[in-house]
Amino acid sequence: MKTKVVLKLGDDISTDAIYPGRFMATVLPTETPQYAFIDYKEFNTKLISKQIPANSVIVADNNFGCGSSREQAASTLKGWELIIVAKNYARIFLQNSCNLGLRTIICPIIEAKENDELEIKVTEIINLTSGKKFAIEPLPKARQDIIDAGGLIAYTRKKLLEKATVH
Amino acid sequence: MGKTIVEKILAKATGQASVKVGDVVEPAVDVAMSHENGALVINQFLDVYKGTGLKPNVWDPSKIAIIFDHRVPAESAKTATNQKKIREFVAAQGIEKFHDIRGDEGGICHQILPENGYIRPGNIVVGTDSHTTSHGALGAFSFGIGATEMASVWTLGTVLNVEVPGTIKVVVNGELPKLVSPKDIILHLIGKLSAQGANFKVIEFHGDTIRKMSTSGRLTLCNMSVEAGATSGIVPPDSETERYLREEAGVKDKLDMIVPDGDAKYEQVIEIDASKLAPQIACPHTVDNVKSVDKIGEVKVNQIVIGSCTNGRIDDIEIAATILKGRKVAQDTRMLIFPASWKIYKEAMAKGYLLDLINAGATIMNPGCGCCLGVHQGALGDKEVSLSTTNRNFKGRQGNPNADVYLCSPAVAAASAITGIISDPRKGVN
Ligand code: SF4
Repeated sequence: MKTKVVLKLGDDISTDAIYPGRFMATVLPTETPQYAFIDYKEFNTKLISKQIPANSVIVADNNFGCGSSREQAASTLKGWELIIVAKNYARIFLQNSCNLGLRTIICPIIEAKENDELEIKVTEIINLTSGKKFAIEPLPKARQDIIDAGGLIAYTRKKLLEKATVH
Repeated sequence: MGKTIVEKILAKATGQASVKVGDVVEPAVDVAMSHENGALVINQFLDVYKGTGLKPNVWDPSKIAIIFDHRVPAESAKTATNQKKIREFVAAQGIEKFHDIRGDEGGICHQILPENGYIRPGNIVVGTDSHTTSHGALGAFSFGIGATEMASVWTLGTVLNVEVPGTIKVVVNGELPKLVSPKDIILHLIGKLSAQGANFKVIEFHGDTIRKMSTSGRLTLCNMSVEAGATSGIVPPDSETERYLREEAGVKDKLDMIVPDGDAKYEQVIEIDASKLAPQIACPHTVDNVKSVDKIGEVKVNQIVIGSCTNGRIDDIEIAATILKGRKVAQDTRMLIFPASWKIYKEAMAKGYLLDLINAGATIMNPGCGCCLGVHQGALGDKEVSLSTTNRNFKGRQGNPNADVYLCSPAVAAASAITGIISDPRKGVN
């Protein structure tokens, strides 16, 4: 898939940056997207005015999504169908993303700037602007199972029905 | 090969003879905690049952805890409506460990759980809150999860697809100098490890400083382990754990004191000499931006906060009251005290600490998270500085992305309240 980098971030982007605590009373995935990166005014304005197409990419360095366990940080990005490419992630954020179907790609050596064109393949990302290639690290199998099932709700429902038939 | 404490707890919780790092397991849950975000858990829980023809009943209402703390009393109609929805769900499902906004039972979730004897050594505890790591202080494997994952736990009573984490052993020896506290140990450790140094790993605390430390101090250490990225912090249970559970939490039943093997395999061992530590400060805007107090320079403070699940317990309020008794909070500084629970509030009142603090000029707030997460009760103005005993200083954390938050121990907070600038409590305050 060919796509474009719409935001480049550094290390330790916290869930307070992605979705500030002051909006935590808003829980519905249909309502959370409006607050995505709201303290990054320019980017938030572009999202709200629909200037950012689905499958656009946010590139970050290490420890993306650190801090609070708030699931709104994943649902707010999922709401815009963004793809996250980071060197690595904080545990709870990565888990929440897999559970909700937000695409998070682990790419430990990614180099990209805003507006770079990327081609995302199964095992690598090609930066079409710089011509460089970067290997993707597969998600741990435990998480891939949840994604393959269509998210944690569907995965849990399946387990629930299995259990119900056994008893 | 010996086992870490988490390997042993996960083996027990999955009914296996043993598990090892990297195994994917499905542990049975002993305590499943949520707060106001229970409103989202309820949505997701009902979604799981959609189309199944089954009646949505939680797996075990005695094992679910819901504590209102993040926005108490409600700051908005939206929050009040979420809380109402949760109350109705709690009543309909018969959820037992529910703590409402009440002086006889309320407080911050991470204080309510230990204080009421809900946590036991060897337990699997999950919470829809990243500081669920706190409960490792009592020898439980306790970690934060998202709301959808909690909905899955409410349904099945297990956590799906948990990878057995590797463990970092942290050994703390030596006597803490006067006015240096467990908060300074954990800030120092986070500075050393970095905000991601323990990602996907557990931190096991060892050494004679830990053995001599109260459960309150251990809660501070485990609470902030997540700030180094750790899945959980954990202190192997010992006689202090037993004392706390029996004497303070009123636990009567038999305890399963699971401890790590002497020859357990660790991914990393870190040693800290507590006797050499100075008070530590986490500077804006990351928790791992840690300096000792003498390296800070002159930083003027507009708001001082003592409270949160990290440092809102009786010993924290006691040290603040001792330092501030008969003194005054600097004229252009405001000081807010949030006891972590009403039980602590009442004890601090009975011991006269609250009166000493009020007379010094502090404002005593109702127990709860308060301004820690930036929703209400003490937002900061543009370009203002907060010095706080809480656990996070991310941009915007205390409600204003144009303000600075510094983190410190209760002793530093109290000494700085008097001077109005970040101050070293060891220097005495005149
Ligand atoms: S006091 Fe702060 S860190 Fe602790 S649970 Fe409340 S909001 Fe979270």
